[in-house]
Amino acid sequence: MQTSSWVPLFPEQASTFAWQVDALYAYLIVISIAFTIPIVAAIFFFAIKYREKEKFATPEEMHGSIVLETVWSIIPFVISMTIFLGGAIVYYNQFRVPDDSMDVYVVGKQWMWKLQHGTGQREINELHVPVGRNVKLTMTTEDTLHDFSIPAFRTKADVVPGRYTYIWFNATKPGKYHLFCAEYCGLNHSGMGGYVYVMEQRDFDNWLSGTESGQTPVEAGKDLFENKLGCASCHAGGADQRGAKLEGIFNKDVKLVGGQSVVADEAYIRNSILNPSSQVVEGFQPIMPTFKGQVTEEQLVSLVAYIKSLSGVTGTTTSSAATPAAANTSTHSNTAGNANTPASSNK
Amino acid sequence: MQNVDAIGSGISEQPKLNYLTNGFTLKSWLLTKDHKRIAIMYLITVSLFFMAGGIYASVIRLELLTPASDLVQTATYNKVFTQHGILMIFFFLIPSIPAVLGNFLLPIMIGAKDLALPRINLLSLYIYWIGGALTIYALMQGGVDTGWTFYTPYSTTFSNTYVMAVGLGIFINGFSSILTGLNFIVTVHTMRAPGMTWFRLPLFVWAQYATSLVMILGTPVIAITVLLLAIERTVKVGIFDPSIGGDPILFQHMFWFYSHPAVYIMVLPGMGVVSELISNFSRKKIFGYEFIAFSSIAIAVFGFLVWGHHMFVSGQSIYAGLVFSFLTMVVAVPSAIKMFNWAATLYKGSISFDTPMLYGLGFMGLFLIGGLTGLFLGAIGLTVHLTDTYFVVAHFHYVMVGGQVIAYLGGIHYWWPKMTGKMYSEFWGKISAMLVFVGFNLTFGPQFILGYLGMPRRYASYPEELQVLNIFSTAGASVLGVGMLMPVIYLLHSLVWGKPAGDNPWMLPGLEWRTSSPPPTENFEKMPVVTWEAYEFGEESGLDLEGARNRVRPSTVA
Repeated sequence: MQTSSWVPLFPEQASTFAWQVDALYAYLIVISIAFTIPIVAAIFFFAIKYREKEKFATPEEMHGSIVLETVWSIIPFVISMTIFLGGAIVYYNQFRVPDDSMDVYVVGKQWMWKLQHGTGQREINELHVPVGRNVKLTMTTEDTLHDFSIPAFRTKADVVPGRYTYIWFNATKPGKYHLFCAEYCGLNHSGMGGYVYVMEQRDFDNWLSGTESGQTPVEAGKDLFENKLGCASCHAGGADQRGAKLEGIFNKDVKLVGGQSVVADEAYIRNSILNPSSQVVEGFQPIMPTFKGQVTEEQLVSLVAYIKSLSGVTGTTTSSAATPAAANTSTHSNTAGNANTPASSNK
Repeated sequence: MQNVDAIGSGISEQPKLNYLTNGFTLKSWLLTKDHKRIAIMYLITVSLFFMAGGIYASVIRLELLTPASDLVQTATYNKVFTQHGILMIFFFLIPSIPAVLGNFLLPIMIGAKDLALPRINLLSLYIYWIGGALTIYALMQGGVDTGWTFYTPYSTTFSNTYVMAVGLGIFINGFSSILTGLNFIVTVHTMRAPGMTWFRLPLFVWAQYATSLVMILGTPVIAITVLLLAIERTVKVGIFDPSIGGDPILFQHMFWFYSHPAVYIMVLPGMGVVSELISNFSRKKIFGYEFIAFSSIAIAVFGFLVWGHHMFVSGQSIYAGLVFSFLTMVVAVPSAIKMFNWAATLYKGSISFDTPMLYGLGFMGLFLIGGLTGLFLGAIGLTVHLTDTYFVVAHFHYVMVGGQVIAYLGGIHYWWPKMTGKMYSEFWGKISAMLVFVGFNLTFGPQFILGYLGMPRRYASYPEELQVLNIFSTAGASVLGVGMLMPVIYLLHSLVWGKPAGDNPWMLPGLEWRTSSPPPTENFEKMPVVTWEAYEFGEESGLDLEGARNRVRPSTVA
């Protein structure tokens, strides 16, 4: 929802750090003007005052000035350092994900965004979020690079095949905001986008309950873990299980064969499923087969969500409205209609 | 004045052979070792590439006149912006000032007969032609749609276009840059005339020297990168595509390790030209010569340390992002130093507003904006919002077009009388310089706002509320296009009907103005001995200023 002014100059501010980015922008504009006006004024003043009075004149020679050179080296340096610091602070706020975030998983593919909420609801090219809640997006792609960009929230991040990237935001204002793919991804790059709907908590709860949730990522992951992929045959069973223990490891240090250690984050879990022998936990043999090519990115996301849940990290919404209500013909039929489209049928 | 005899009737007593009249056969051009003829052949070729790139640019602007993708198909649009970038960057901007003006002037400015390695110089022209021909061939076969950045895995796995052929063209073309850079460095070290000490070198030469360093150190990296891309695309060895074990971010590191320094290949020479223009047309010794010279070297060195600022949101580590942001802020300082010194040079000068000076002043305005908006993009918290949007597009056009192209046009006008012996129409020159300045700002100014509003790059269609600003931009582009086309007409016109320029139309002290126009094949009739400092406009320079003043006095209405 852009403002209706004829030519908008700023996108809407709709996240908690949007004002910080805008403040930095304003600071830079002020600095730019403060540099431009004296320089341009000097150029015009000199150009008029010292314009050629006689052809091929020889003006009085002047030598450089160390004092001036020092002054106009140090001042820009000091100012540029303030800009650096301002940028670093805002960046820190943009990328330090708060702990109590609600999880949404994003998989990009040419040319659509497939999203799934921690409570199981799936969406295509749309994202519904409640106002005033920290939302963390864990993102990857099935094919080429993409970039998940929400200008009104002043954040974006590339979505990279083979790894997870993250953004988070806390939306402050209900409304409908553009979602763009900002990294060129081929033919229909400019069509790969949609909207982010920010809703009051009550409306969001209604939306959730009016949308088929299916399995949550944790449930789907559990199903894969215990039945479809058979992970449980090694990674569950108690003291004498063959595979490494997964309970309680999330975000903890894990000692690896060879003495290194690594933090067991999403990327590590994902890598251990796809390239098990690359980071083997101390005390175990590299006997696990690779699951590369056998699991889709969306299944991986579910497995990661399940393994996180073994450490008590649910990351799901605290809303109580996660009850499946497929038969419920909701008032939000337009959005629900879209969200009901099973992602898998679009592959 | 229209007969052939007029060529020699300027200052010289009897018609002598100059580099243009010394042989008229095609062979005498194609097998020449004369740096000036090679420069002219470069001039013609880069101009053709510039026009081709310009046609692509106009298709882009016309498509973006409306929010929907309607003028051309999206697939075509993707090829058009890719090919606009490839032609403009690799085949116009990078060779423009070094290969045309540098080739022509660097030996003359230091008082040498030719470059140190004339055959290598011819070879680099042929390599450029081969690379260019291959690229043009690939474009005519169907073109390429990866963006000029060739990001993986799209370029290696997903694109069905002529990535290999264009990549090969760029790969080959790179050797042309390397050889030209090598040649310049050797020439500056070994071929300076007696008395031409390092600190008497014109700043144009310093800038070329710094550029050459970047060319020989950076260009091999893009060659390696393109080669690895080719290996992955053909033999499916996993280098960049994660589905076969590669890392797409690695490609970005390697690509920008060259392509960021390449930005300085695309602006340092322009800074060199502008140093000449500002100093010579205010008849004032350049303010802070050493600071401008060393700031060129500083930019060349620091330019190698900031490639990561193209990758702030690519998934590189947060700490890497912070370090690259810091270094980016540092590299802004030498550019600021140049800007202050140029402005200070005008102080108490005797400023004339001939066409080249209008371009020089225009450069200062546009590069100021280009440089300051670079700070926006270096501030890491802000650039998360700005990167991959039209803000970036506007910024780099301000630097590369507002910088290099404006300086190149200024340089072409400035040295045109020397290169051709003819004077162009000053009236049309001024009109065109002003149209270019106004048209440029109207084209790219609105794009800063579009970028802050979030309009992503490389979009064939865009939300409707952004249309007004896009219309401004397209309107500006048409003014810019007219401004850019005019020089083609009046410069070509001057070749036949232009007034003889004389050897030194502006009574300037540089060595290039102390030989005939056009210069003889060996540049100087006898080896010059330099006894004056750079930018010495007084009687110490040995120029007959009083005589020149008397010559112009009767017809004072200049």
